[in-house]
Amino acid sequence: MNLVDSHGRPIVVVTGMGVVTSLGVGKAENWAKLTAGQSGIRRIRRFSTEGLRTQIGGTVDFVLPPGFVPPDLSFALAEIAAQEAVEQAAVEGNGAFPGPLFIAVPPVEVDWSSREKLSANLPADAPVTYRALIESSFGRRPDLQRLFLQGGVADRIADRFGTRGSPVSISTACASGATAVQMGVEAIRRGETSAALSIGADGSINCEALIRFSLLSALSTKNEAPEEACRPFSRDRDGFVMAEGAAALALESLASAAARGATILGVVAGCGERADSFHRTRSNPDGKAIIGAIQGALDDAGIAPEAVDYINAHGTGTPENDKMEAFACNAVFGERMTRLPISSNKSMIGHTLTAAGAVEAIFSLMTIQHGLLPPTINYRNPDPSMALDVVANVARPAKVRTVMSNSFGFGGQNVSLVFQAAPRGEAASSPVPAASPERLRR
Amino acid sequence: MHDVVITGIGLVSSLAEGADANYARLREGAPPVYDREAIAPFPIHALAPLDYGKLIPKKSDQRQMEPWQRLGVYAAGLALQDGGLLEDTAILPKVHMIVAAGGGERDIAVDEGIMTGIRAASDRGAYLNEQLSKNLRPTLFLAQLPNLLAGNISIIHGVTGSSRTFMGEEPAGLDALGVMVARIRAGDVDIGLVGGAYSALRPDMSLVFSFGGSLFSGEPAGVWSRAPRGGGMILGSVGAFLLLESRVHALARGARIASVIGPVLSDRSSRAPGAAAGNARKLWSTLEGSLAPGPVGVLSGATGVEPITAEERAFLDDVGAKRDIYVRATGARIGHSMEAAAPANVGLAALALREAGYFPPFEDDAIERAAAEPPTQIVVTSFGHWRGEGMVLVQRDRGGGA
Repeated sequence: MNLVDSHGRPIVVVTGMGVVTSLGVGKAENWAKLTAGQSGIRRIRRFSTEGLRTQIGGTVDFVLPPGFVPPDLSFALAEIAAQEAVEQAAVEGNGAFPGPLFIAVPPVEVDWSSREKLSANLPADAPVTYRALIESSFGRRPDLQRLFLQGGVADRIADRFGTRGSPVSISTACASGATAVQMGVEAIRRGETSAALSIGADGSINCEALIRFSLLSALSTKNEAPEEACRPFSRDRDGFVMAEGAAALALESLASAAARGATILGVVAGCGERADSFHRTRSNPDGKAIIGAIQGALDDAGIAPEAVDYINAHGTGTPENDKMEAFACNAVFGERMTRLPISSNKSMIGHTLTAAGAVEAIFSLMTIQHGLLPPTINYRNPDPSMALDVVANVARPAKVRTVMSNSFGFGGQNVSLVFQAAPRGEAASSPVPAASPERLRR
Repeated sequence: MHDVVITGIGLVSSLAEGADANYARLREGAPPVYDREAIAPFPIHALAPLDYGKLIPKKSDQRQMEPWQRLGVYAAGLALQDGGLLEDTAILPKVHMIVAAGGGERDIAVDEGIMTGIRAASDRGAYLNEQLSKNLRPTLFLAQLPNLLAGNISIIHGVTGSSRTFMGEEPAGLDALGVMVARIRAGDVDIGLVGGAYSALRPDMSLVFSFGGSLFSGEPAGVWSRAPRGGGMILGSVGAFLLLESRVHALARGARIASVIGPVLSDRSSRAPGAAAGNARKLWSTLEGSLAPGPVGVLSGATGVEPITAEERAFLDDVGAKRDIYVRATGARIGHSMEAAAPANVGLAALALREAGYFPPFEDDAIERAAAEPPTQIVVTSFGHWRGEGMVLVQRDRGGGA
């Protein structure tokens, strides 16, 4: 068994996965619903949507009782996903994960419900000002300080799972989850650690976040039939649907996983990234940065475009994203795009934002495991400008060895990841041979 | 393993605009510049006057940002300028970037109006929706996203190798440095831009730090002497970016090397009493293998928050009992700048080493002794106000090959 990749670096494998989305908790429930084409998008009940243009989302309402603040939900989601991943990885020393934490989390602010609660301590007849809030709460709420620090969720997850070193909180907008995976892979490849815990979590559907995206005209307004709102690659797509969720990947060097006889769920074979300098929310029409990320992931994996069997699209359902993603895929994969299957998990689970790259990493790996391509639902009116083999509306069986998963975000963020099946001939109990030059060249 | 060198320093603070001017002001013992009114009763260090147009020429770009992002983009431009890369369209697309960031400014007037009005609203949900929809500027969202500091650096300065943003207060700045240094050492990246910015004119942030009583109020004092009055931070507006590259890459393009960067250590302890000092001792013993004989400069990122600052003092006293160390807590002069603090202090260390000089004591306190000679090695410490302990070793460049 080769322990190093075509660049001579340690091969990084996945030995544990956990996921929670609006479809439910855990890999089994999510996979069953995802491949049955079920949608997790619904009318938002968490807060009043009166007067709002968008009133739907992929809220996760079954984890915390009502009245929570956003970072508490992000933490709870991350904890659920990480627990499932760590249990599956069965790494020694439960409660002390043997590696660093890379966690993609949404930015944190004191939320409106907290502002109102704090205001209740002030005289009813005077204006509420930050200065008054500061004076009345100074030193009295250390619990809120930890809650509202940007590093707070990471701090709590690091405590909970006993990860090593300084936890890194990542914010690369809608590519954050993919960046978290990438950073875990890089740390293992550099030999800094033999394992890493990469998480993406997002529990930030609240009125202000919804309104902010709405003001940028980024969201679907198809409120009447929520489960049909997100329509990636369709002619009548009108925006993405905000959603919540989390996913965690226990990453490990193949050498370490093989040595301890761990079950290998798949390989993170390649990571590519590229920043775009064109515009704050739009890609350069030349597609260079997206193409650079996709091509970079292929180069990093040491494979040709022909090796890719399926594309797990970023596929947000905004007019801009899908157009540019199709354009970039065409540039890299050429006319093969007409028969290279592509689908968007977001058609069912919505856009889990900070978590998306990690959530879709799990689904990419499960696609390989199960030989079944999850569909793009609501694909009834194909965009004629895109010659794509969209997995339309129902799951499609396929033999898949290699998946490309894309994540793009505001601020010119572009990350692509390549996942592959567990190395052939991998046998948990076989002795681990040393790498040889012949193997390095394979 | 590649040698990692610092070839560009961009620094803006309450003292001055630009790395050299900051170095000069600190060398001459310039007193700290306070603004006692803006966030009263908490003093802060407000920013020195800047002409943003020098490095952010388009007014439309300036308008897309609030002060925090503008400050960061400006400081990043200074680092690129110092490194000779400003507008270098051949190299900039290969420059990788890690930015340490919190969130951006809120619209304080809008917030306060809504907080006041909602108390009388018959339907709070509908009121909030109406007010936010009506009053939030669409562009404000982009000014608030942490990764849009990096995004604006890409747009305005053309840095597009890659773009990553780390959040999480002081450790974010340290980890940004650590990850970039590791990537360059491993040969994965030739050149990278690392840094952050903090604007102290942020009542919304002061509220967060107030919850735990982490801000210092009343007559300003140096970080080592705040304990009798409860301790706490005096926040400072700072923009700090560094250009890091492999020595091979720097030599090949004829860049001026300011200093060499040694180990970047970043860790976390429980913060049970003594845990942070214990962690720091462990980190120091790791660092010692890379220290040369002779005195060590220590640029401390001490925040003034207690009891963590007392723990750092105890740790430094231990170290000082065994070798000559010249401790300077930069927070006493430019304030504490959260995510930007570690990059700023590494920048100041690099300047001192480049100029073969050092700083006079920043405070009249036994821990800050006058330096007998300028140190050739400086350790930057970071004890986060909430979590995280770390150290960075910066060394004088002695030339040499790759």
